[in-house]
Amino acid sequence: MTISDERSSEVTGPVSGHPHETRKLSWTQRPGLLSQNLLTAIVLGVIGYLIGHWFGNYLSSGYDYISNSGQNSIANTLALAFGVVGWLGGIGALNYPFAKLFGVDGLEEESPVDNWTKYFRYSLDHKVVGLQYVVGVLLFMFTGGLLAMAIRTELLNPTTHYFSPDTYIKIVSEHGTIMMMMATSIIVGPLGNYFVPLMIGSRRMAFPRIEALSFWIFTAGYMVIFSALPYGGFPTGWTGYAPLQTQSGPGMVSYLLGFAVIGTGMILAGFNQAVTIINYRAPGMTWSRVPVFVWSILATAALLTLATPVLFAGGLFGLLDKTVQTAFYVNEHGGNAYLWQNLFWFFGHPEVYIMALPGFGIAGELLPVFCRRPLFAYKISSAGMIGVALLSFFVWQHHLFQSGINPDMRPLFMLTTELISIPTGFIYLVGMGTLYRAKIRFELPMLFVLALFFNFLIGGVTGVFLSDVPVNVTVHGGFFVLSHFHYTIMGGLLFAFMAGLYFWLPKMTGRMMNKKIGKVHFWLMFVFFNLTFFPMFIIGLLGQPRRVFTYATNLQGLNDFSSISAYILGFSFLVFFYNLVYSLWLKPEIAPANPWESLGLEWQTATPIPSYNFERIPVIMTEPYRYSEEGAPTYADFGTKDAPDSSTPTKA
Amino acid sequence: MANQTNTTGTVHHLRRMATVWVILSVIGDILFSIFVAPHVPPGRLTETAAKDQTDFNILFEMALPVLFGVWIYLAYALYVWGDKRNKNAAFSGEAARTNMKTQVWWMVITSVTVLFLAGFGTWALVVDHGSGGGQGPNPAFAPAGGLKAETAALLGKATWSPGSTNVLPVQVIGQQWKFTYRYPTFGGFESSQLILPANTTIAFNVTSLDVIHSFWAYELGVKADANPQVNDVAFTTTKNPGSFMVRCSELCGIWHGSMFNSGQVESQTAFENWATTTEAANAANTALLPAFAWTYVPDANGADGGYYPTNDPYSTVETYGSKQPS
Repeated sequence: MTISDERSSEVTGPVSGHPHETRKLSWTQRPGLLSQNLLTAIVLGVIGYLIGHWFGNYLSSGYDYISNSGQNSIANTLALAFGVVGWLGGIGALNYPFAKLFGVDGLEEESPVDNWTKYFRYSLDHKVVGLQYVVGVLLFMFTGGLLAMAIRTELLNPTTHYFSPDTYIKIVSEHGTIMMMMATSIIVGPLGNYFVPLMIGSRRMAFPRIEALSFWIFTAGYMVIFSALPYGGFPTGWTGYAPLQTQSGPGMVSYLLGFAVIGTGMILAGFNQAVTIINYRAPGMTWSRVPVFVWSILATAALLTLATPVLFAGGLFGLLDKTVQTAFYVNEHGGNAYLWQNLFWFFGHPEVYIMALPGFGIAGELLPVFCRRPLFAYKISSAGMIGVALLSFFVWQHHLFQSGINPDMRPLFMLTTELISIPTGFIYLVGMGTLYRAKIRFELPMLFVLALFFNFLIGGVTGVFLSDVPVNVTVHGGFFVLSHFHYTIMGGLLFAFMAGLYFWLPKMTGRMMNKKIGKVHFWLMFVFFNLTFFPMFIIGLLGQPRRVFTYATNLQGLNDFSSISAYILGFSFLVFFYNLVYSLWLKPEIAPANPWESLGLEWQTATPIPSYNFERIPVIMTEPYRYSEEGAPTYADFGTKDAPDSSTPTKA
Repeated sequence: MANQTNTTGTVHHLRRMATVWVILSVIGDILFSIFVAPHVPPGRLTETAAKDQTDFNILFEMALPVLFGVWIYLAYALYVWGDKRNKNAAFSGEAARTNMKTQVWWMVITSVTVLFLAGFGTWALVVDHGSGGGQGPNPAFAPAGGLKAETAALLGKATWSPGSTNVLPVQVIGQQWKFTYRYPTFGGFESSQLILPANTTIAFNVTSLDVIHSFWAYELGVKADANPQVNDVAFTTTKNPGSFMVRCSELCGIWHGSMFNSGQVESQTAFENWATTTEAANAANTALLPAFAWTYVPDANGADGGYYPTNDPYSTVETYGSKQPS
């Protein structure tokens, strides 16, 4: 067991460098492959794309064309697949595996240069990957957000159209797919990769190469999904139901392959997080001393590894149907369209909790800091997250209540779906219990956490309406559902992500985010989020189905209200981006070492965080979050006299 | 007041919140049931719709106190326990970290609520014969006579006349991008109009020719996915005459948004007049249609009828051309 040996020697033995000390090599000393960066990735990606396209046409020329498109789906698939491989090869993700394959030893793929270029390279430092993820998900979100603005523009008027129905449905589909895939990584990627090792007192992730790989696969998957638009888009929404899937044009290949590519990244990220959390906790960090954010990432990692393979398989079946004429989803040829619905939602419902749990984790992590008191019912909060994760595998058919399968199973799926609100309720118990007789500090991250509790409550309660089969008849497939999941994902996860960013960016960048602009951002986002999505509950109840370009004229008032609110909601993100630019570059304000007076391990490291994180591996002495407790022992022992004082901060 | 830190103060906090909560919840529920509940979709045009509406209202009246509870708690906590008002609060270590009694009560209350909801939903689903939802080819919650009418329709022996208690089967055929309705009781004629008799139990048999659609008869409280090669049955019982909207609620391609039309519930005699007139007017066309069947497979020769030999939707559909099974 090398892991435990290494860890114990790190704690007891003398400090002598660390596993990833950068070697100072001059340019000429570096092996050629080591200077790989984003540019080489793009070049090789394009070359891979072209080779794949040629190869596909070579294999199947004149054999399989997508009807009415003049395109060969085999060539399209291989082009995108080879492009992804080229991208990964270009960034340097394949150097190490190939070196091992051919018996070359000692090849270091990490860039020895410690300057800004490391952010454009294949980096094994979890903090670099974390920041890369921040930029990645923000770009992803921005793209999806622009598409959302286009959707709301089209819905301004039921009779005057800004897009053709064809363009509109492709915008809707692309928006849904991009946002869903972005949301799977929005917290696990940036904040999980950056802070999990710091919070468990580890010097690194368990598999740094897999961590970097998961990020570069994520970016490749983004481009593959986005490539659907130049290919002409796909009309199926993010759910991609067959046989519409089988019927649609070349953009569908991007959707199916994009899921497979991003799915691979999700599985890898999940494994990596789970192994890291289980094996790399600092000595003394028993399971009852793990921060709740880490618990949430562990529960999410379980879902990522167990649910995503089903999506992966489902996507590949669809690809085979589209390319080599198999009939997995074609009823007429012995397949079954319900198979896709089952595979998709068997992934899709855990997926929903992949997007909810990290938000709960951030809420639980931040509340004690800003309430200046211990987290209420710590064990209940981790039990709640594990309970949600387990139950999420047993509810998927509630998406198929009206589909015509298994009518006798409906009471069961109604029960399991409603049971999920029990562990979800634990999170509210924890949140409300922590607020009880607290000393609440209304800092920016706290505002976003409070907004999460407000929004997610509405999302959760409307979920109970949806789970009730008789009510589901009216609300299924309409704007009610749409509003419900925007309340949980955007109102929950995205607000949590913003809370996390405002909370941790000072640690990540060394700069404080501007509080005034931040407050403008918060209030605009919170108020107009609710004004955008709350009317949609009513719109849905009044009979507007999802994904329509036209609607009953009596609903125009509500739709316009929602659209105009959505524009301001979109504007609030520009305020956020302005705040980023303002606080990081225009008027940077150096962040104090521990601006929120947190007891968390991640705040006890030096700023900027050294690449090995901890001079010595800390020993965890007690439970986390013992704020304002008289005589509470320090959370961690760093074994050095001049370690930052992590004892209970004096009264605020 | 805000700075009370002794134990009696603790009790007062909760008591105050509870008082406001009870008052607001009662007022909210009363206002809702008077002003909103009667207008909640899908209305009361059919038994199904009325029961769906009642279900929604009961859920809402249970949800409102939950929402109010959390909101009042949050508002109270943020107002009273902000750090400026509450500088001197101290926490007694272990006690602040957990409280077994609170946890147990929380779990008991949420569990009882959830189990009640699941039980109530199941009860409503069963007594309401599937609540208007699509139940597939083998409906588990069929009303009396529902399955008999289904079999009779397939054999061409379904009957219905004003005053009879027979279930009326109506087929809904979805295709990109329109719905067609077929009446097996009246010679299997097809119509783009959906006309239904009042005070009659209807068995919708929903299928599709191409991709998945969803037959959403909004005011009837009926929603059933139209899957190719699948017969998706949904039941409803109409009450008084009135009109309703039909929409597609499953994304079916480019013109999904404009896949809607309206329908009408008419008096039984008016319906029979319309049906027999249309049957006669369409006799020449009906002769060219494939025989009535649960599913249709469009092919080069028109459309073959299909059915499940064992009623199992996962089994292979058998087509029988122009000859009906006996």
